[in-house]
Amino acid sequence: MNNAFIVGQYVPGESMIHRLDPRSKMVIIFLFVIVVFLANSVWSYGLLTIFTVLTTLSTRIPLSYIAKGLTPVWLLIVFTFILQLVVTKEGAVLFQIISYPIYSGGVAQGAAISLRFFLLILVTSLLTLTTTPLEITDAIESLLHPLKRIKFPVHELALMMSISLRFIPTLMQETEKISKAQASRGVDFKSGPIKNRIQAIIPLLVPLFVSAFKRAEELAMAMEARGYQGGDGRTKLRELRIEGIDYLAISVFFLIVIGLFLTRV
Amino acid sequence: MEKRIVTFRNVSFRYRESLPWVLNNVSFSINADEWVAIIGHNGSGKSTIAKLMNGLLTPQEGEILVNGTPVTPETIWEIRKNIGMVFQNPDNQFVGTTVQDDVAFGLENRGFPRKEMVKRIKQTLLQVGMEAYTLHEPHRLSGGQKQRVAIAGVLAIAPQVIILDEATAMLDPRGRLEIMETMHHVKEQHNVSFIMITHDLKEVVRADRVIVMSEGKVVEIAPPRDIFAKKEKLQQSGLDIPFVAKLVDELTKLGTKLSKEPLNHDELLEELWTLYLKR
Repeated sequence: MNNAFIVGQYVPGESMIHRLDPRSKMVIIFLFVIVVFLANSVWSYGLLTIFTVLTTLSTRIPLSYIAKGLTPVWLLIVFTFILQLVVTKEGAVLFQIISYPIYSGGVAQGAAISLRFFLLILVTSLLTLTTTPLEITDAIESLLHPLKRIKFPVHELALMMSISLRFIPTLMQETEKISKAQASRGVDFKSGPIKNRIQAIIPLLVPLFVSAFKRAEELAMAMEARGYQGGDGRTKLRELRIEGIDYLAISVFFLIVIGLFLTRV
Repeated sequence: MEKRIVTFRNVSFRYRESLPWVLNNVSFSINADEWVAIIGHNGSGKSTIAKLMNGLLTPQEGEILVNGTPVTPETIWEIRKNIGMVFQNPDNQFVGTTVQDDVAFGLENRGFPRKEMVKRIKQTLLQVGMEAYTLHEPHRLSGGQKQRVAIAGVLAIAPQVIILDEATAMLDPRGRLEIMETMHHVKEQHNVSFIMITHDLKEVVRADRVIVMSEGKVVEIAPPRDIFAKKEKLQQSGLDIPFVAKLVDELTKLGTKLSKEPLNHDELLEELWTLYLKR
């Protein structure tokens, strides 16, 4: 469908990153997001960049594909850089653009923050590029499992997520069908002022919602007929297993974190 | 006497007290390994029967026995292990994200160990001829294929009764054929009763017995051939008479005597070309 934005698009593969348990991937990325903010020297940024670049390369996903997917993000990164450049007033004045002084601190700050931003986006999109949404759901269920003690509905949440994932394409097909049906009755989705176009969405949304509720009701009945009684006593077909490569990946990541603390100023 | 698997005793049901009865004093029984078709026009109460059988609805009057156990709120989970159900809309009963996840759903609910699940998924998908689609997502399957997966999901828990509640109504002719063939294939390999709920008389020809419903009442219980012979009764129940039966009717009016009521084109052809010889 929409190829311009890759966050959330899985690319099948057999690389080491693909084969990692989704839980280890999620934990590493979660820690990475925190750790990125601790970097404050050239060396520490260098270390994180090398880690990210090597991880990206080892997924064996074509770089052009990743770069294309990040296109909308580039704009944001460039914008952040310029903003930092203009706002920060530290260090020596490097040069002036139309009598506006640019400081050396601004350049450093801008570069650091855009790099941080870039690394964050790249690493998190690697998760969705190498992990199916279903695996992510399983990982969330497994990672949140301890919350069951405080009566947090972990199983129900995971089931909701996987059913939503399953119905996204179905509802997309339905949206297309309804929009064609309404267009054939004279609804114009594609031209006219924005206000009219927004109004044209209403005859699309109403039938879509009605049918979604009907589907939900039928699905609930089908689930009950198939013996669904909630999460207790349920077994699972899909199994997550921590293996050798997971320990390896986690160890490598901790080495990076230690390295980061050593290179910090 | 044959073993009775499902018994309805004077069952009446309505959705609300202010509404008319959907089922009115219905009694019948279904034997083990039998293939029964329940037929009736829209609103005749045929789908309600299916939902009563596995406790999705509870009757106001009368008693339903499955395998000798009365259907009550306490026994429904036990009963649902014995009764599998395939619904009308192929999309709205597909729970899993992939074919194998969907077949696994019923097994997971019943706490099967993983090893057994993998084995049964493989077996049942083979039986419905969907083994090549194990990892497919539902939106990449046709309606008939989705219904075959639904049948596999039901078969996986090895029930004694499989109810198909208008399972072919939303399919194209090819999908219908697929489902009928799948059902035959399954029937050959398993000891299982089929209860097929439909409004299409063409689908009942392979059943052992047909229950005709109208206005919430059982109008007739008989083998398909006898049912086809009672065209007036069918018409009164609001059902479409198949072309073959209509043609036979017209022929009879013209004085042609056939030796038996033909069920399909082939049988009619057989009757017609042997007609002259018999004379």
